[in-house]
Amino acid sequence: MRTPGVRVADVADATRVRTRRGLFHPATRERILWGYLMVAPMLLGLLVFYIWPVVQTFYYSFTRWGAFGGSTWTGLDNYSTLIHDPDFGLALRNTALYTVFSVPISIALSIVVATLLNQRIRGVTIYRTLYFLPVVTMPAAIGMMWKWLYEGDYGLINSILRALHIHGPNWTTDSHTALIAVIIVGIWSTVGYNMVLFLAGLQAIPGTYYEAAQIDGAGPLSRFFRITMPLLTPTIFFALVIAFINAFQVFDIIYMMIGAPDNPGPAIDGVKSIVYLFYDHAFHLNDKGYAASIVMVMFAMLLAFTAFQLWFQRRWVHYE
Amino acid sequence: MKKWFAIALAVLVAVSAGYSGVRAASTTRAPVAAVTLTYAFWDVHQEPGMRQIADAFEKSHSNVKIQFQITPFGQYFQKLETQASGGALPDVFWMNGPNFALFASNGVLMALDSQIKAAHINLSNYPSGLVNLYTYKGKHYALAKDFDVIGLWYNKSLFQAAHVAYPNSSWTWKTFDAAAKKLTDSSKGVYGFAAYLTSQEGYYNTIFQNGGYVISKNKKKSGYDDPRTIGGLKFWTDLIKAKASPTEQQMAQTDKDTLFQSGKVAMEFGGDWLAEVFGKNAYTKDKADVAVLPKGKKRATVIHGLGNVIAAKTSHPTEAWQFVQFLGSKQAAQILAKTGTVIPAFKGTQGPWTTAFPQFHLKNFISELKYTYAYPVSQQTAKWNDLETKYLTKAWNGDMSITAAAKQLAADMNKILAQEK
Repeated sequence: MRTPGVRVADVADATRVRTRRGLFHPATRERILWGYLMVAPMLLGLLVFYIWPVVQTFYYSFTRWGAFGGSTWTGLDNYSTLIHDPDFGLALRNTALYTVFSVPISIALSIVVATLLNQRIRGVTIYRTLYFLPVVTMPAAIGMMWKWLYEGDYGLINSILRALHIHGPNWTTDSHTALIAVIIVGIWSTVGYNMVLFLAGLQAIPGTYYEAAQIDGAGPLSRFFRITMPLLTPTIFFALVIAFINAFQVFDIIYMMIGAPDNPGPAIDGVKSIVYLFYDHAFHLNDKGYAASIVMVMFAMLLAFTAFQLWFQRRWVHYE
Repeated sequence: MKKWFAIALAVLVAVSAGYSGVRAASTTRAPVAAVTLTYAFWDVHQEPGMRQIADAFEKSHSNVKIQFQITPFGQYFQKLETQASGGALPDVFWMNGPNFALFASNGVLMALDSQIKAAHINLSNYPSGLVNLYTYKGKHYALAKDFDVIGLWYNKSLFQAAHVAYPNSSWTWKTFDAAAKKLTDSSKGVYGFAAYLTSQEGYYNTIFQNGGYVISKNKKKSGYDDPRTIGGLKFWTDLIKAKASPTEQQMAQTDKDTLFQSGKVAMEFGGDWLAEVFGKNAYTKDKADVAVLPKGKKRATVIHGLGNVIAAKTSHPTEAWQFVQFLGSKQAAQILAKTGTVIPAFKGTQGPWTTAFPQFHLKNFISELKYTYAYPVSQQTAKWNDLETKYLTKAWNGDMSITAAAKQLAADMNKILAQEK
């Protein structure tokens, strides 16, 4: 219904920022100004709390800090120490193992869960909520509960294993099993988040494809692998990028469940991650310059791998 | 449209500014020159005692309020260092031996000599070892608060069940070992001793008992490669190997005090501050007791004590000193003694502490004062403490032999000591 007296061209003019009158016309300038004013609060927060600290950290990675503040320029010293630090190699190995195992398994599991929970079955909201709960639970609570579950002599997991006549190990204090324990908790806590991503991705797939396939006689598995998966690849790509970046920064499960720098326990060498090493150097050993260099190297690695993922996507992601 | 929006925004801002103005006006009607001092410490068990002392101080100094800042020990010094870098240190806080030199040498603490002289405080009222511990380059930075020594806590009912006589002053390492093995009952998951990896309450004592040392008197050399020191460490690893103690992996999941309070270990080395913990715990209050540590080549126990210090850059130096002076007074010591939490440092106030929990033979701690060894410190104590944890964890866990671990520890520790001023 057209409002009498308002022309379509005027409405288009009103909503477009840059009008055909040009960029420097007062009306355009006013619109641009209002635009910036509206995003200013968030932009300011982003600059002050995210961008500026990143720049500062980059600067600090070239310095050495005194015991109570104050820094002296040391150039590339921190980076050369980093290359020869056996702890960093260990952290890299542990983080890589954690990422390689937890990301694919978590994504695969969450695709299955999302597909199953994409149907209109009774209580589907409750199931979705249950799967999503770990994502919104505090890491401290997660760490404490799982620490109790994993307890070597009295924990629930080993008690169940004992009933099956299996002698369960000291999950959180044996350096051979600590990483497995952390990976399991990592998968458990991220399946919900990825599930929500895939639910959205699944609902974007037009039902007509499935109908056509059913008419042609395709079974459920065939429909899943030939229709769902290819059309889900954009979502999988997004989930992979995010999951990879998050997995690389694993820290709180290790800190809460395995050990903190002031009380690391016997298993820490089998799980210490890059961010754990950063925390150790930044806050326990008060070596903030070196810690900054650790984090810069991690940033560079993540940047490189994400760039690689972005380039590689054209090989396997199907955009409609 | 825009005009209405702008007017509405202006009204909203004016209203909220006016409202906060009203709130501010009501709070400025406070008493004249009200001072709030922040007092930071870590032991939650001592909070009631500290609160009593703070209340007594606030009564006599009506314009001062004491606000507590309690941080768990594991993060306490980390937090202080962050606060120091950010200029947000508490006014008064606890200091311990290992961290004192670092803080004093960096000008973080206020020297108290002029105040001590002006108030005519007699420093001989405190153990000389503690006064020296908190002296840096001839200046005093703290008033001693308490001292602690380590004893042998044991579970009477487990001793009775295994028909082993209670520990007494005649016990040697040999009798201790034999008793620990006899008290172990693997069918019930009960161990004779918790060979828990910790320095002050653990291996420091046996190192001294075996004639070894942790750091040389001139603070330049580590004692960990000395065979007598290694013998003192073997006390622990041998008991773990003989299965008279839970494994390092088990103890990393459950600490010694929790094991003791659950009746899973019959004996543990523990500080005197555990009297308050075990005295209030439903299981241990009628089953626990304490004896002197067993004798190795000689008798030894580690003595340490805390001090109250003032931040150099505090905005209330006068009030902070008044509070520290009160904390170091006989009155505060007596309040502390009655809570039974720690042994106060002030001369002559220890009596009430020994009777705070009459079911325990707390006098045994006092009798150990005859053979105390000072807690080992240097300027970078925290750094080589970290190394101790790193290498000795491996030895306790059986990943390294104790000799190899101790030798590597000594090598790395000497590197740190060489860098100290």
